[in-house]
Amino acid sequence: MLWESVKLALRTVRRNVLRSILTLLGIVIGVGAVIALVTLGQGATDKVTADLSKLGSNMLIARPGAPQQGPPGGSDARGFTSRDAEALQSGLRGVRGVSPSANKQSKVVFGSNALDVSITGAEPVYFIVQDWTFTAGSSFSESDTRAGSNVCVIGETLRRDVFAGVDPIGQVLRVGTMPCVVTGVLGAKGQSAFGSDQDATVVMPLRSFHRRIAGNTRISSIAVSTIAAEDMASVQASIQEILRETRRVREGNEDDFSVRDMTQIAATMSSTTSIMTGLLSAVAAVSLLVGGIGIMNIMLVSVAERTREIGIRLAIGALASQVLTQFLVEAVVLCLLGGLIGIALGLGLAALGAGFLQVPFNVSPSVVLMAFSFSGAIGLIFGFFPARRAARLDPIEALRRE
Amino acid sequence: MTTGPKLQSLISFRNIRKIYGEGAARVAALAGVDLDIMAGEFVAIMGASGSGKSTAMNILGCLDRPTSGDFHFQGVDVTALDNNARALLRRNYLGFVFQGFNLLARTTAIENVELPLIYRGMARAERHALAAEAMSAVGLNGRENHTPSELSGGQQQRVAIARAIVSNPLVLLADEPTGNLDSERSHDIMKLLQQLNVEKGLTILMVTHEADMAAYATRQIHFADGRIIEDRARAA
Repeated sequence: MLWESVKLALRTVRRNVLRSILTLLGIVIGVGAVIALVTLGQGATDKVTADLSKLGSNMLIARPGAPQQGPPGGSDARGFTSRDAEALQSGLRGVRGVSPSANKQSKVVFGSNALDVSITGAEPVYFIVQDWTFTAGSSFSESDTRAGSNVCVIGETLRRDVFAGVDPIGQVLRVGTMPCVVTGVLGAKGQSAFGSDQDATVVMPLRSFHRRIAGNTRISSIAVSTIAAEDMASVQASIQEILRETRRVREGNEDDFSVRDMTQIAATMSSTTSIMTGLLSAVAAVSLLVGGIGIMNIMLVSVAERTREIGIRLAIGALASQVLTQFLVEAVVLCLLGGLIGIALGLGLAALGAGFLQVPFNVSPSVVLMAFSFSGAIGLIFGFFPARRAARLDPIEALRRE
Repeated sequence: MTTGPKLQSLISFRNIRKIYGEGAARVAALAGVDLDIMAGEFVAIMGASGSGKSTAMNILGCLDRPTSGDFHFQGVDVTALDNNARALLRRNYLGFVFQGFNLLARTTAIENVELPLIYRGMARAERHALAAEAMSAVGLNGRENHTPSELSGGQQQRVAIARAIVSNPLVLLADEPTGNLDSERSHDIMKLLQQLNVEKGLTILMVTHEADMAAYATRQIHFADGRIIEDRARAA
């Protein structure tokens, strides 16, 4: 009986193709939007989670400027000096490395190719703390660091776009006004959680950076990587203690620097992404509601149109419950069709969007299943009232209707 | 079906009344009807428009309820049954043929005939065989896959009769079955009904206003103003 109802429903849908499509549009758009948004949002969350590991494991970053007071490293903040970095290097226990660094945007030129990239001055420990790998060559040495040699390490984007086919190792790259010899190429990290290309980077000895690029000896941040994740809180406290001492922050005064746990920042970003996804999906769900009302409307029209048919069915032995089932099945079949089309549309959009936004395209079967059953539920809910109206028709009245 | 008074008749009406409207607008469509129908009868119900014959037919078909009176079918008090029980009674014992044929459009003849069996939950192969049998009983072999629009009025009414008898009912209720047909087709349909009555012992109740159609019946009942004014067996 149920199968007969499904066949009958499919036949009705086929008979009114255009009307069925228009009716389904609401469901299609609603399901499509939810699927696309949830899939993209999931992709973005996955990406943030993946970026979290790329940031370097167990990393704490100290920056000048009081915590929660404007952007870190603001112009009025007292910068770190090499004394601060040295104090941390000698004072901290249980850490893999302490990496002071400074940053500046600058133009790099090789041959006829130029690119604006982020220039970082650092020590070799930087590559360990930030979890960088080398695809070619190696880091500059400790002696290069001490001497302030004209050497540098480049990111994948530079190898691809600036060197464009030329093996960069041993080549001379002009950074700002400074020519430097490339000693290594870093493995690709891709986009950061903050949306910038982490591979558009040049890393050189901190001393060379201070002399030739920045023109001062400021250190913009000190990254500390702990050996064990459990030690992060105690190391964070030690960093604060040591920096307060070297920077002569009086007791009772606030820190004039901040120490942040990068994993926490990434986790916050990830949850922000989830909230955004949730909100957008809620908006999309409203269109599902509208779609449901469309279904109810067209089912009511259908019942009115087929009053005579219902009368015939009741006269030849259909029970009211069977008529109810038939119209409910029709509404559910209609909605499930809309759901299927919507899922296909949503996944298609998500695949396009994922390529565009450069987030991974991960289809979650549970979301697809949920959207499918949700559209069925909409059919049940919004189909019930029209179906009940059909089932309650008086057969004599119904047969009299033309 | 063992409850109720033991009656010989298949259908019995005792003082059946059907009142429409309230107060001053009250109209008695049936003003106290007594009627007994035995199994195997072919009854023609006649009367002018508004005489109450259609109302009587609707009550006989368990499509409508009387306002008062007793209606027993096979000894069961039908007035006490709820909608669902009456639908089951229709399904199990009654077959309907209408003036306007009332076939489902864009649905083949055999699918129309199978429809009552689908609602009875019969398996596909079985109902297909029964439907084919009913189609051949009404002389429509080879038309199984035609849709109503591809059939003549007479053929459509035959399909409707096949649909009514496919479930092997006790009673066939025909409401002006020849009303939409020309004279020749009308006589064909009446001969078919007569044949079903004689050969299968099917009890037939037929509403008609044409005397030459009523002549096929074994008994003629005339309604006027909500009452039976004449009830006679066919002259032998």
